Amino acid sequence: MCRTCTAVCPITRLNNSFNPFRFVRLALLGYIEEILESGLIWLCSSCYACQEKCPHGVRISDLMTALKNQGLKTGHAPREVRLQMNIIKDNGRIYPIDEFDNKKRGKLGLPSLPTSCETVSTLFYEDRESNSQLRTG
Amino acid sequence: MTYAFFLGCTIPARSRGYEMSARKVAEKLDFELRDMEEFICCGYPMKASDQVSSELMGAYNLALAQKAGLDVCTLCSSCASYLTEVAYHLAEEGPKRDAVNTQLSRVGLEYKGGVKVRHFVRVLFEEIEPKKIKQHFKRDLVDLTIALHYGCHYLKPSGIFDNFDPADYPKSIEKLVSMTGARVVSYAGEQNCCGGPLLPVDEKTALSLAKEKLDAVFEVGADALCVVCPFCSVMYDSNQKTILSGSATNSGFPVLYLTQLLGLAMGFEKKELGLQMNVVKPKELLKKYFP
Repeated sequence: MCRTCTAVCPITRLNNSFNPFRFVRLALLGYIEEILESGLIWLCSSCYACQEKCPHGVRISDLMTALKNQGLKTGHAPREVRLQMNIIKDNGRIYPIDEFDNKKRGKLGLPSLPTSCETVSTLFYEDRESNSQLRTG
Repeated sequence: MTYAFFLGCTIPARSRGYEMSARKVAEKLDFELRDMEEFICCGYPMKASDQVSSELMGAYNLALAQKAGLDVCTLCSSCASYLTEVAYHLAEEGPKRDAVNTQLSRVGLEYKGGVKVRHFVRVLFEEIEPKKIKQHFKRDLVDLTIALHYGCHYLKPSGIFDNFDPADYPKSIEKLVSMTGARVVSYAGEQNCCGGPLLPVDEKTALSLAKEKLDAVFEVGADALCVVCPFCSVMYDSNQKTILSGSATNSGFPVLYLTQLLGLAMGFEKKELGLQMNVVKPKELLKKYFP
């Protein structure tokens, strides 16, 4: 355990309560609930600095993603993260396109884009029940 | 050469200058970016919240490209990285791909593997002869000093990118910028993240991270920062005023997309490259070219 992950983390430099090495240790020791409750995992920017530099090949960024997924399932995700997920599942994009956008695009010589998306509701249809749990936390 | 053009969410709504300049550059270099109306979000913005659904969205897009018989070209580094990652995970037949295909069958699609995903810059770097790019240059950008921001997802996680440009010592963007005659300058913390993904969660930390870089490039005397991802541009360009309020670096530091720089060298007009939509106006920087 060399702590290279922590040494190269750009977030640790700004906020030393965020510590990739500690997440790995706590996860190995089984303290998942404690990690999730602290809310600190959401400060990870998924920049991959830790994972790229880890001399032991520990997939730290992937661990962070798994923890974040678990955090959302157990109601430990920031409201913004949940909102963003709901917008994408409803519209197929983070910034849904409306007629006004298409008008602006047209003026710039850019092609119009669809203003609605049926596909996502079909894609996620059967998961609606588990989805509704994720949605509200 | 034809690619399925993957615009993603941010570019068509918020980074239209990037889209415009990329289309111009592609047109000049004679490769087709085919618009695909059915593409949806790449899935990346949902990876942290629901990896299963995000992978399904990625696979849906890949399957659409496959149906059209095309590889994918993206402008956003996160779209490039995530779609590459999904393609990497679904490259081989097996239970993982079967599970995704069961879901995709609801919309009449199947992903069989084999679609290649490339960032626009990777296409320029790998697929087009430097000579061919240079022959279209009409303006010499020799008076410009440019700092580069590769960002995180253009080359990372490095395992999925066939090492086309090593993430530790990348050279692809530098090569393209140098072709224009502009001088590339290095600075401290070149590899650091823009902080974009943190913006909705912890604005203060996100902006501090972006400020470090803006201060560093200002200090080495760069005229502009060159980016290849709309998220990075949102941080350095759109949020610059907030970041630098009360700081010495306060005069407004231009942030240009690589495609805008290349388009400039190719002789396009300001408006053709969407330069009027950059938040920090590069007016002073470009007055030599647009008197």
